[in-house]
Amino acid sequence: MNTIVVAQLQRQFQDYMVSLYQQGYLDNQFTELRKLQDEGSPDFVAEVVSLFFDDCAKLINDMSISLERPDHVDFKQVDSGVHQLKGSSSSVGARRVKNVCIAFKECCDVQNREGCLRCLQQVDYEYKMLKTKLQDLFNLEQQILQAGGTIPQVDIN
Amino acid sequence: MTREELPNLAESKLTALVVDDNFVNQSIHQKLLARLGITNEVVCNGKEAVDAHCSGRNYDLILMDMDMPIMNGIQATKRLREMGIESKIAGVTTRANEGEKKEFMEAGLNDFQEKPLTISKLLSILHKFDFYVQT
Repeated sequence: MNTIVVAQLQRQFQDYMVSLYQQGYLDNQFTELRKLQDEGSPDFVAEVVSLFFDDCAKLINDMSISLERPDHVDFKQVDSGVHQLKGSSSSVGARRVKNVCIAFKECCDVQNREGCLRCLQQVDYEYKMLKTKLQDLFNLEQQILQAGGTIPQVDIN
Repeated sequence: MTREELPNLAESKLTALVVDDNFVNQSIHQKLLARLGITNEVVCNGKEAVDAHCSGRNYDLILMDMDMPIMNGIQATKRLREMGIESKIAGVTTRANEGEKKEFMEAGLNDFQEKPLTISKLLSILHKFDFYVQT
């Protein structure tokens, strides 16, 4: 094991993780998820966020269909989708996605189709951005493990 | 609370049922329970929870989501209580305005926690039901 390489990778991982919190991509719920990962389920966080991203894609697609026709918007359906998405994003600590959902719900409540379309676009952007960021994070984890190191605990506070 | 400080309740042989239509929440809630040594199963809506009990299964603890298709958490909780099910039922939902919480509690809940569920919140539920005594 090259200890210098491992130390560099661990530092990179820590800095990247902290930046994700500081930039608002993640909140404390992600920390709670990481606490649940153990030797028995070493990929737990990756598996749960993968479920979340699948959920995002499906819900966004469904809401897009509901919002398609200006004369026939099913706001109840859209509201249901936003509620689901807010719940999942909150559960995995996807802070930016959750915050867009809060604004999205307000647009649904007043049946503002244009506002909903903007929020839909924003939530699509945010979940894809988070997906890329977390993939980079998981790749760093793999590099650390392959170099013979351990994943450091990161104190966000 | 660090991983090393988490209580292991496996000796208590507690059983739990997760009732939630969202796969992300199902996965997290199951993992939370498993980390504390609680055997658990999952169903996707209130009707499946009722059906599980009709088939003779019983649980010490039920984590009940509120918004679910087919039969929601309020309906399912009422139905389970009508059936004489005395399991401890904790409502777990993102809907937290006082009116909705009151309606859910009045359906027959023993406790209510706002999502997202964490280890601390789950331990709070278990402590309230005397399933876990902090030493």
